[in-house]
Amino acid sequence: MKNKQAPLAIPYVIWMAIFVVAPIVMVVLYAFSTAEGSFTLSNFSAIGDYAVVFGRSFRLALIATAICLLIGYPVSYIMSREGEKFQRVAMVLIMLPMWMNFLLRTYSWISILENNGLLNQFFRSIGLIDLYNSVMGTDIQYFRMIGTSGAVVLGMVYNYLPFMILPIYSVIIKLDKSLIEAARDLGANSFNVFRRVILPLSLPGVLSGITMVFVPSVSTFAISKMLGGGTQMMLGDLIEQQFLGGAYNPQLGAAISLVMMVIVVVCMWVMNRFGEGEEQAVVL
Amino acid sequence: MSKELIRLRNVCMAFDDELVLDNINLYFNDKEFLTLLGPSGCGKSTTLRIIGGFTTPTSGDVIFDGVRINDIPPYQRQVNTVFQKYALFPHLNVYENVAFGLRMQRLPDPNDPTGKKKVKIPEEEIHQRVMEMLEVVSLKGFEHRKPEALSGGQQQRVAIARALVNRPKVLLLDEPLAALDLKLRKDMQIELKRIQQQVGITFIYVTHDQEEALTMSDTIVVMDKGSIQQIGTPEDIYNEPKNAFVADFIGESNIIDGIMVRDNEVQMYGKKFPCLDGGFAPNEPVDVVIRPEDIDIVPVSQGQLIGTVTSVTFKGMQYDIIVDFKGFKWLIQTTDHCPEGERIGIKIDPDGIHVMKKSKYSGMFGDYSSFSEEYDEMGDATLASDEEDSADEE
Repeated sequence: MKNKQAPLAIPYVIWMAIFVVAPIVMVVLYAFSTAEGSFTLSNFSAIGDYAVVFGRSFRLALIATAICLLIGYPVSYIMSREGEKFQRVAMVLIMLPMWMNFLLRTYSWISILENNGLLNQFFRSIGLIDLYNSVMGTDIQYFRMIGTSGAVVLGMVYNYLPFMILPIYSVIIKLDKSLIEAARDLGANSFNVFRRVILPLSLPGVLSGITMVFVPSVSTFAISKMLGGGTQMMLGDLIEQQFLGGAYNPQLGAAISLVMMVIVVVCMWVMNRFGEGEEQAVVL
Repeated sequence: MSKELIRLRNVCMAFDDELVLDNINLYFNDKEFLTLLGPSGCGKSTTLRIIGGFTTPTSGDVIFDGVRINDIPPYQRQVNTVFQKYALFPHLNVYENVAFGLRMQRLPDPNDPTGKKKVKIPEEEIHQRVMEMLEVVSLKGFEHRKPEALSGGQQQRVAIARALVNRPKVLLLDEPLAALDLKLRKDMQIELKRIQQQVGITFIYVTHDQEEALTMSDTIVVMDKGSIQQIGTPEDIYNEPKNAFVADFIGESNIIDGIMVRDNEVQMYGKKFPCLDGGFAPNEPVDVVIRPEDIDIVPVSQGQLIGTVTSVTFKGMQYDIIVDFKGFKWLIQTTDHCPEGERIGIKIDPDGIHVMKKSKYSGMFGDYSSFSEEYDEMGDATLASDEEDSADEE
């Protein structure tokens, strides 16, 4: 070792070995073994029964990621063009919910979205529900929001939006202002400056934002459980059940985790091909 | 010889109550190479940004070809800029960088009689113009490289090609050579002048490097503290500086307090020297500029003035020697070696003496007591340009 600072990395290497490498090895071992410990592929053939859950997880995660991108990009872009003071305040506001416990802020959405929750009470008080009934000829007492896939997507967008905004914002804010001036100088109007210069140069931030939202979304379990009301089971819930729930089957749980991991890695790999040539690597 | 293209009329610029440009009046002729020269924070970059449309002056008019263009955005001006750090688009290759401006242009459709429909420039024409321009800047064969794979000098050429391909009437250059090393800088100076003559348009060049300015310019505008100090040809500026600031900034000069006894006779150190200047009041106090290369070293017995050598520096082509004349230190450039401590006499021909009116700069420059530090500062062009950045970006 020529690098004198190399020993400083040892604690981290040990940490990685114990808490990252070892668990992955365990997952792989479990996935390929029976309860008795002999080699089998039956865990993987059993996954077929859960195709619906796989489909739902990826679909909802994709929708949540797309919504985060649609909200996050304009927010980051507008923020980066405002004054320093505005940027500081906006940053605090974006980070503020993250200072609260994840479960707590998701719980609060339950009381907002419930059948007798804050939103429905509000809709009732302004007569929206009566209006809906008279127009549609129905007789509902509330809008059903809790326990729908929409509520799950909302929960994911709410929780993961900062992870989209931050990487995009930090890339845009670092863009050399003279590039924008150069584009304007060469005849680009505001729209073309954005499309030809800012957008392509902020792609690395977009890619890492997508990764940072998509990966936790696809494996989320608390959000779907709390806001999906048990009807919106996702991969995270499924895996949890195999390890902690009544369906106790850690071998199957490991196999599901492994398949999910592989799919996520493949997705990320494909996406990274788009950002080829950019130096900023996407956070995996 | 040529017509006026741009005029700045009573232009003032203030950032946060700080006056950066103080009533600038200046015109630029078609097809000339004009340099705005001055130290960090003198307002030269701001002047350039006003012409480019990136900054709007606080007051005053910018006139282009007879039309006031204060409120015209950059993309509608017939002006293109070569930025200090090139500002090449890192995600585009050389070809696309150069083609950028052409792809942005919309021309009236020749098949549409109303002339309202706009069309893009055809791809064949873009290709032809880009390749033609790459040829002008000697970069053929580099079309597919990304900017990061180019040397500083090559990036510089791409930046020039990218601006010129749009056939602007004026090219603005903001210290374009500051990031290059000395050898490359000298080559690019000649290259730039060649390109300017080849394409035949106005170049407005901003620099703090007096040598660059003298080499390339048709006209030099010397600026300091937001005001124009002098406008003239390189020869005028060098030989007939208007005040102590210009004399000191352009080349080396000894600036001595004098009294203009009468036309063609100036008094320094109580002695009378014949000179070629006139038009001053009798016995008017003046600043006298004597360039280091205009001083002859003679034996003490024949000297008009007698002083002591205090330091000698070998410069290759000549020695720079510092000579103490009654406490005021002069710089003399000579091919003769004079050892430190020697007493020497000097002789100055009448045409080596230039007399200036007293100004607010009198007494601030022209003494070489702190010679070595001053030389260090001037040698480090990159340092100076960094300062320029911070001063101008406020």
